[in-house]
Amino acid sequence: MVTIVDIGMNHKTAPVELRELVAFGGHNIDEVMNSVRSIKDIRESIVLSTCNRVEILFTTDKEKEAKGSVIEFLSHISGIKSEELRPALYIYDNEEAIRHIFRVGASLDSMIVGEPQILGQVKEAYRTAVDHKSSSVILNRLMHRTFSLAKRIRTETDISGSAVSVSFAAVELGKKIFGDLQGKKVVLIGAGEMAELAATYLLNNRIARILVANRTFTRAVELADRFHGKAISFQEIGDQLLEVDIVITSTASPEPIISLNQVRKTMRGRKNRPLFFIDIAVPRNVESQVNGIANVFVYDIDDLSGIVESNINKRKGEAVKAERMVAEEVIKFTEWLKTLDVVPTIVDLKDKCENIRRIELKKTLSSLGDLTPEQRKAVENMTTSIAKKILNDPIVFLRRKKDRASRNLYLDIARKLFNLDSDSDDIKPK
Amino acid sequence: MDIVFFRLTLVLYLTATAGFLFFIIKKNKKIGFWSHRILLAGFALNSIYLAVGYYQLGAMPVLTFKTSLSFFSWTIIAAYIIFQVRFRLTVLGSFVVPFSAFLMIISSTIPISSITVRPLFKGFWLPVHIATAFLGDGIFAIAFIAGVMYLIQEHQIKTKRLGAFYSRLPSLNSLDSINYHAINYGFLLLTIGMITGSIVAQGAHGSYWRWDPKEVWSLITWLCYAALLHQRMAVGWRGRRSAIMSIGCFFVLIFTFIGVNFLMEGYHSFKSLEGN
Repeated sequence: MVTIVDIGMNHKTAPVELRELVAFGGHNIDEVMNSVRSIKDIRESIVLSTCNRVEILFTTDKEKEAKGSVIEFLSHISGIKSEELRPALYIYDNEEAIRHIFRVGASLDSMIVGEPQILGQVKEAYRTAVDHKSSSVILNRLMHRTFSLAKRIRTETDISGSAVSVSFAAVELGKKIFGDLQGKKVVLIGAGEMAELAATYLLNNRIARILVANRTFTRAVELADRFHGKAISFQEIGDQLLEVDIVITSTASPEPIISLNQVRKTMRGRKNRPLFFIDIAVPRNVESQVNGIANVFVYDIDDLSGIVESNINKRKGEAVKAERMVAEEVIKFTEWLKTLDVVPTIVDLKDKCENIRRIELKKTLSSLGDLTPEQRKAVENMTTSIAKKILNDPIVFLRRKKDRASRNLYLDIARKLFNLDSDSDDIKPK
Repeated sequence: MDIVFFRLTLVLYLTATAGFLFFIIKKNKKIGFWSHRILLAGFALNSIYLAVGYYQLGAMPVLTFKTSLSFFSWTIIAAYIIFQVRFRLTVLGSFVVPFSAFLMIISSTIPISSITVRPLFKGFWLPVHIATAFLGDGIFAIAFIAGVMYLIQEHQIKTKRLGAFYSRLPSLNSLDSINYHAINYGFLLLTIGMITGSIVAQGAHGSYWRWDPKEVWSLITWLCYAALLHQRMAVGWRGRRSAIMSIGCFFVLIFTFIGVNFLMEGYHSFKSLEGN
């Protein structure tokens, strides 16, 4: 009986130091694939390795041995003793393995639920496996179901819908204010991780240019270089407010550097073209009343965090829907797997019948003497349809048997009834 | 025959309305696509219905409140379809189409009244006057709806309460720009409508301007929109203020369109138009 097994570790079960050691990123992926493939009891295999997870998905007839070998392999590649490795690993069988891989592909098992990169990584892993011919009937189908399910979840639920990082939420707001960000000008006042991240996202949205202002001018020049922008002095900020569309502030200034009056005046000069302040600084760099001016929008770090938090909650709500879809798909897949168990017996049955038919046909035809081709054909057709019709009901019956216990019983009976295993028994001396 | 067209049109508009509402709730692009198709089919039937009506009556179908409303609804859809080509904002349909379908329903509940078409209603300038004035109204309706959508979206962003509409409504910039273009074109058509109207009046009554209530209120509407355009272009009004003012102007327009015809005596009133 074939078992689907998934052995792996993710951000929940293993700290990053451990994942780094096990991750195959440092190794040649072809070598890794080959070593996994050459493990004795493994039939099909797929290896997935990202910064947040390592998964080895395989099918085997000898569950216990195969699992042991895989853990041994992981221990070998990471240089960690398998007893130490074991607590950080999870091992899923059959239904659980199917569910797990569906959830991974649909980004339900990700650190940030709904982040889309994982699906691409799973696809890449599958492609590698296909290149190495290590994936076959069962895993092929499992992966294809994973992809289509992930796609369905993404379109039918809002799981990847809204921004879940402060910088991304800010960019999304910018889009809701300006529509297209292409051609917009941005000024970065002060530096900091989040401000720079937001600037990077904005650049990805093809904004026209970034200006950088900083208390220390050399730092401004440095940052400007990185963003292919232009450094300006602190005194120039006032003038630049007439030109730019988005202002990101993150200075350590204890007092606001952008005042209500200043912006009011600016807006007259701008003919009310919208202006968007992203104030990441604590304490705030932009006076809070500035948000009251028409066509000016001010979001501070608390506002943005609030959005992110509510978006995360929204995603959690959507994840419930997605889990239901996963559960449905798991049932469908296990149903399919069960029909797979019947296949060898059905094939044997058909083979046996076909053999008998051919032998008997040969005998009969030789004793019938000269026949016209039409007559020959008619006799042949008759034997085929007799054989087919006799087998039809048993095959349908076997296919319909769903729960395992009784199916195995009937498979056994069928094999004995039709003496399907006799040939091999006859050869072996008893 | 033409009643069949009218009913079919109404059915298609209602189906499209349901589709557009479903589209905005579910954010399903396919549904939006098909709703738009259904709307186009409804619009085609509506156009046939109006053309047949024009052919049978020999005059523009605006002599009764019933037909005026249905014609108005046609111009709104026409304006929406044109704006859709330019701005590609299906979500606009989720607001415009229900509004238009609502007008059609009202129109369908009003009984058909018999009318006598006086020779005055035939001729070249009158259809031009009616078509431009109505199409102008239709486009102003788009400006009004874009204004409402702008206020909803702006309110969410300003108050930092990003509700269900935040992700569904387009950007402030798109809405403002639709509002602006609609007011521009609407104003142009309204102006042409009023000029051709005065040409018709000259032919029919012997003077270009007679201080008829409809004329007066049209002038007030025209002045309102002129003021709005002036503020936009010269003073640089945009966004919220412009949206509010375009909504205000639209109410004046609706009064000119309906209120004047019912409440005030004059040669534009339905009583006088119907000739009963």
